[in-house]
Amino acid sequence: MKALSISNLKKEYQGGVQALKGIDLQVEQGDFFALLGPNGAGKSTTIGVISSLVTKTSGSVKILGIDIDENHSLAKKKLGVVGQEVNFNQFEKVGDIIRNQAGYYGLGFRKSKENAKYYMKKLDIWDKRNEQARKLSGGMKRRVMVAKALVNNPELLILDEPTAGVDIELRRSLWDFLTEINDNGTSIILTTHYLEEAERLCRNIAIIDSGEIVENTSMQELLTRLEVETFIFDLLEPIKELPEVKEFEIIIENPKRIKVTVGKEQGLSTVFKKFTELNIEISSMRNETGRLEELFLGLVEPSLKEKEL
Amino acid sequence: MSASEQIRALATILYKEIHRFMRIWTQTLIPPAIMIMLYFVIFGTLIGKRIGQMGGFDYVQFMIPGLIMMSVISNSYSNVVSSFFGQKFARSIEELLITPLPHYLILLGWILGGVARGLLVGAIVTIVSLWFYDLNVNNWPLCIFVVISTSVLFSLGGFLNALFAESFDDISIIPTFIMQPLIYLGGVFYSIQLLPPFWQTISLANPILYMINAFRFSILGSSDLEALGFSIYSALAMIVGFIVLFSSICLWLLNKGRGIRS
Repeated sequence: MKALSISNLKKEYQGGVQALKGIDLQVEQGDFFALLGPNGAGKSTTIGVISSLVTKTSGSVKILGIDIDENHSLAKKKLGVVGQEVNFNQFEKVGDIIRNQAGYYGLGFRKSKENAKYYMKKLDIWDKRNEQARKLSGGMKRRVMVAKALVNNPELLILDEPTAGVDIELRRSLWDFLTEINDNGTSIILTTHYLEEAERLCRNIAIIDSGEIVENTSMQELLTRLEVETFIFDLLEPIKELPEVKEFEIIIENPKRIKVTVGKEQGLSTVFKKFTELNIEISSMRNETGRLEELFLGLVEPSLKEKEL
Repeated sequence: MSASEQIRALATILYKEIHRFMRIWTQTLIPPAIMIMLYFVIFGTLIGKRIGQMGGFDYVQFMIPGLIMMSVISNSYSNVVSSFFGQKFARSIEELLITPLPHYLILLGWILGGVARGLLVGAIVTIVSLWFYDLNVNNWPLCIFVVISTSVLFSLGGFLNALFAESFDDISIIPTFIMQPLIYLGGVFYSIQLLPPFWQTISLANPILYMINAFRFSILGSSDLEALGFSIYSALAMIVGFIVLFSSICLWLLNKGRGIRS
């Protein structure tokens, strides 16, 4: 069964702006799916339609096989959404916000309390349960948003840029947490501007641009399309000038770090051979993140240029 | 959602609404009590003694039902309009829209919240009024019906206002420029029989006049309505009619997503 099935979804806002031009999207149950696109591409509109915050013009949306128009209530029971912006009453206490959210789903008082406690502990906000939400840091508020979205134990969780503006520590702990709940069977759809995040977490990906899906494939398949790959080498001894190398592109980042871009057909052995010839000793190496970024820009650049014009 | 889930969800909205106005009780419960006390002191005790009888009753006695109703009306309305618009403004209404809650339950939750505050303030005003005059209720069932149904009606009015409002200015325009004049000209402080025939006829177009007089009748056993040839039942039918009309409009707008969905 599909966790999400969108068919010919269109949204035209007042004033004639076509935010979605008939998109089709399928997300498998248990998947960790990335929905990427530049600003204004239609990601949030798509999420808005799925979560009933935006009224669609036409098309159909099914959550776990249930059409949101035919059985709105049942479909919504299976859904949890973390919006892009803080959307709770910040004058309420953290514990109340999360318990009330469970109540809106019809959970009993005891069950609401139990679920709220579980997710507050999981997300390290249990100690903040009696604090007014407005006193929390931005990162803590994000955790409240995630706990709120999970309190009804949804089968499909949608996160709209959940790590925007949060520090690296929280981002990583959130990644681990999301991976854990995905491993436990929750299907996840993630939109993010951090392509490294999508590359690290997601198995499948769709790229939306100007209201149309321009790519929909597995992450692995997409990354294999890269013609070149970039590696960063840390050196044991500093080098003063760029060695003459014809086989691959080399850039000195600083005297003890160089960046090498090799073609897919070349492989790393060519690089190591050349380094041995040049007496360059390596202390460590890593793949440069942002491989997805290159592909992403390749797919959406035409429309970005159009917008600039 | 099953019936028990709906009841739990409704209880959550109601709890949240009551908790909201109780948390800010210095803004929601105390000011109406002080205002009404001032009305009693100034119009009841100081000026009222010089006025003498109004509609066959002592002036303070005549004023009490009107003042209770005025508090119920304005507090039911303002509770719903400020709470719902506040949630719209802060986008916390999204918390509810993404859930399986049917629209009628969202509406009912807010209306019950408005009624809860309206009745609580009405009870406070009644207690305050007991310091100034001994109150005997003529018809308890009618009294309870009129006060609850009027509170429901103005909570619905507040909800409608909140759906259309796009700024905080929009939620004060109707209370200031429409409701307040209608309340003050609806017979809270005077009997419309004092007015010349032309203004009496104009006053009859004010729906709040019927509510205040129906309530006055339930407490004092007499009001302007019968004197002007209207039955109390016509006032009750009008209140019920408006409730049906306003709830239908609210539900239709909620289903359309007016003011809450893009």
